Amino acid sequence: MTKVLAISSTGGHWVQLLRLSPAWDGCEVHYATTTGDFRQRVADLAAARGQKAPGYHIFTDANRWQKARLVKQMLEVTAILMKVRPDVVISTGASAGYFAIRVGRMLGARTCWVDSIANAEVLSLSGEKVGPHADLWLTQWPHLAKPGGPLCKGSVL
Amino acid sequence: MIFLTVGTQEPFDRLVAAVDDWAAAHDTPIFGQLGALKPDSYRPKHFEWRDFISADDYQRRLEASDLLVAHVGMGSIISALTFGKPLVMMARRAALGEHRNEHQLATAARFEGRAGLHIAAEAADVGPLIDRVQASGGDGAAAGLSPYAAPELIETLKSFIHAGR
Repeated sequence: MTKVLAISSTGGHWVQLLRLSPAWDGCEVHYATTTGDFRQRVADLAAARGQKAPGYHIFTDANRWQKARLVKQMLEVTAILMKVRPDVVISTGASAGYFAIRVGRMLGARTCWVDSIANAEVLSLSGEKVGPHADLWLTQWPHLAKPGGPLCKGSVL
Repeated sequence: MIFLTVGTQEPFDRLVAAVDDWAAAHDTPIFGQLGALKPDSYRPKHFEWRDFISADDYQRRLEASDLLVAHVGMGSIISALTFGKPLVMMARRAALGEHRNEHQLATAARFEGRAGLHIAAEAADVGPLIDRVQASGGDGAAAGLSPYAAPELIETLKSFIHAGR
């Protein structure tokens, strides 16, 4: 069974990530985010779609100005990757998704970045930086798509 | 019931104070989730609020509300569209130290005009906009959005996930 790690920070990125969940029907999915609050929600969501009960992992929240927390987050995300050993990593953002894609790829996973629909004028900073390292790099806005990536294949709405 | 939510990171004093001003002159019950307040952050005097609430509490308050007031965050927009709630929102401005960049202005511009979504350009517009949306009986509330992403996006990801097999 293909193992998928679906990872993002909590908030808008997470809401968008869950809207992608039919994509991992028939897979073993592991969710990772910054709070344990959604453990039951993702279990219910999986049950409703007949998916295998999902794994659930928590890491420290951080933003780009919190250097110490970013380092902690990177180490935690790496530990989650070592534990889960996913075949595929998918993220909607932000820094944790960047780390998961960079480290996940080094560990042999195929990686996908779906840039948040909130970035309607320019790509997110994480998305811009991680794009060249992702096997599939997507934006949700057609006018931000470019031949070398990101591609636009629809949105979460 | 009005549910005010500004996300889980920075406070958003301009919006919270504007809602508090409105609350002073109205009887409508309001609950606010105000984020990581700093010692000098604005604290409402006319409605109940907390810094953070659990995901379940968020869900309950969202479903019980007639109107959402929020920053221009995708979580708020998707919640409003999914549950068919009218949403009054104002963009956080990086220029005012409210966010790390100006993407909420861009998002506001992109979503303005969508049924049920109302944008306040300035704090002074928030109260009048709440009045207008309430007077219309929450009219123009967005229709229930599908719980999942567009089929093309799902199919693209599915093919990608299974391409390695």
